[in-house]
Amino acid sequence: MKKYNLESLEKFTSQVRRDIVRMVHAQNSGHPGGSLGCVEYFTAIYKVIMNHSSNFSMDGKNEDLFFLSNGHISPVFYSVLARTGYFPVKELNTFRKIDSRLQGHPTTHEGLPGVRVASGSLGQGLSVAIGAATTKKLNKDTSLVYTLHGDGELQEGQIWEAALYASAKKVDNLISTIDFNGRQIDGDVDDVLSLGNLEEKWNAFGWKTLSCNGNNLQEMIATLETAISLTGKKQPIMIIMKTEMGYGIDYMMGSHKWHGVAPNDDQLEIALNQQVESLGDY
Amino acid sequence: MKFEILGNKDTRSGFGDGITQLGKTNPNVVALCADLTGSLKMNDFKNQFPDRFFQVGIAEANMMGIAAGMTIGGKIPFTGTFANFSTSRVYDQVRQSIAYSGKNVKLCASHAGLTLGEDGATHQVLEDIGMMKMLPGMTVINPCDYNQTKAATIAIADYNGPVYLRFGRPKVPIFIPEDTPFEIGKALLLQEGTDVSIFATGHLVWEAVEAAQALAKEGLSVELINIHTIKPLDNESILRSVAKTKCVVTAEEHQVAGGMGESIAQLLAKNHPVPMEFVAVNDKFGESGKPADLMKKYGLHSSDIIKATHRVLKRK
Repeated sequence: MKKYNLESLEKFTSQVRRDIVRMVHAQNSGHPGGSLGCVEYFTAIYKVIMNHSSNFSMDGKNEDLFFLSNGHISPVFYSVLARTGYFPVKELNTFRKIDSRLQGHPTTHEGLPGVRVASGSLGQGLSVAIGAATTKKLNKDTSLVYTLHGDGELQEGQIWEAALYASAKKVDNLISTIDFNGRQIDGDVDDVLSLGNLEEKWNAFGWKTLSCNGNNLQEMIATLETAISLTGKKQPIMIIMKTEMGYGIDYMMGSHKWHGVAPNDDQLEIALNQQVESLGDY
Repeated sequence: MKFEILGNKDTRSGFGDGITQLGKTNPNVVALCADLTGSLKMNDFKNQFPDRFFQVGIAEANMMGIAAGMTIGGKIPFTGTFANFSTSRVYDQVRQSIAYSGKNVKLCASHAGLTLGEDGATHQVLEDIGMMKMLPGMTVINPCDYNQTKAATIAIADYNGPVYLRFGRPKVPIFIPEDTPFEIGKALLLQEGTDVSIFATGHLVWEAVEAAQALAKEGLSVELINIHTIKPLDNESILRSVAKTKCVVTAEEHQVAGGMGESIAQLLAKNHPVPMEFVAVNDKFGESGKPADLMKKYGLHSSDIIKATHRVLKRK
């Protein structure tokens, strides 16, 4: 069991939530809903779970690697990378602006430390992670590879090509997670194109499947620790992480409406009143 | 001009032998294939380096993503499938995960163009050069015979960046000497001349050699340049030749739109406009048939290069 200070991590999550709404508000553009729902996940992997260095190298040898496949939740990714030392926190104020390293969707193209592949066009990150995990095995590097995916993203066919491959080829140094918030741009996932029984699907594809409440930090960390204990057993691992889109900002919860919409000035003020400035705004 | 025919082999065998040699000399080279190991001539690599060969099944999108990921940690992935499935089928994966992400992946594409033959238009991609050259940072190479394909395969492993290497199915004459150095982006001058510049790539280079020999009998002096690298284009060699000949014929197994000829036309329009003729497929899909018959029907034969030369000389 990894040691952590829950109070300190909770402070971190409230600051990350402030960053997310402030970044999206400042440019009146971006995706707050999914970002807010995944704050506990990002906090868990970057603050507790992964062995990683903010002294970034693309090859990441002997480090755990993370790939964000649903790149539109870049605000949470950028906030957590900045606040774990990958780049200056003040750079968050360049999000989605011209000449920024913080593009609308994450990319290696502008050289932002912490990003190892471009994502945005959905469905590609699992394949990339499988490749990185395979190279780790060739290099006799025993560290792990993590990925995060949206639930709507599972409607992309490439995900299922990758799912088939990872189990058939026993890619067992890979811990993937689905942000199962049940929402996508056009509405509820069940209404747009239902995913059916996700757990049964991933089990049928040969993955070891876990589930958790992704907005409960302790449960999230415990589930990831269980996942780590299950690596190296000739099976890839999938965590079906139940979250609430917009979690932590009351008026953004319970709907798909805040998938890709920025709060106005009044809405920002309400949001900031719900999340304490614990580490200093950028 | 004398070109000794050194043999008759498919360019894909040049790829297969090249990657097998790389297996021996470069431990970071890995190969991926989407259920076409025999067609891509990758069996020797697979058998000699089983730990570095990855069979991904009929799932090209996944293969491109895995290749992109494998570069992280220092591997040099070579993907093998047909040209159609290396480009149009996976364009977004190549664009985002490989080109935009700047990954050191070598996209090795066989059965390009009409000479795939009997399988027909579903497999005869004639748009791949255009698609690949449009991607920022992508290098595009289309070698002309077995020796050049083998040399190109070996050369791209030492270049850091995404590369599209295009080759084909049928047996064609080997005429580039084995010891000819392959330099990415450096055109190969095959014959000096003064009346017309013929720029050819891929299988059309041999057709251009035959055309140049026939034109010589008419008393015409052809400068023949093999453009094996379409991007980056060897601007200097092309402009130097055109300054002398002042007219151009291009020849390629590709659509006119998006091809090598289009790249050369853009260069010349900006720097040195001259009359130009294009030997290429003109906005048509291919069809089933014998490769040689298809090349004639779609205007890619040496006789078409000769006719294009006559046309361009009248416009000079």
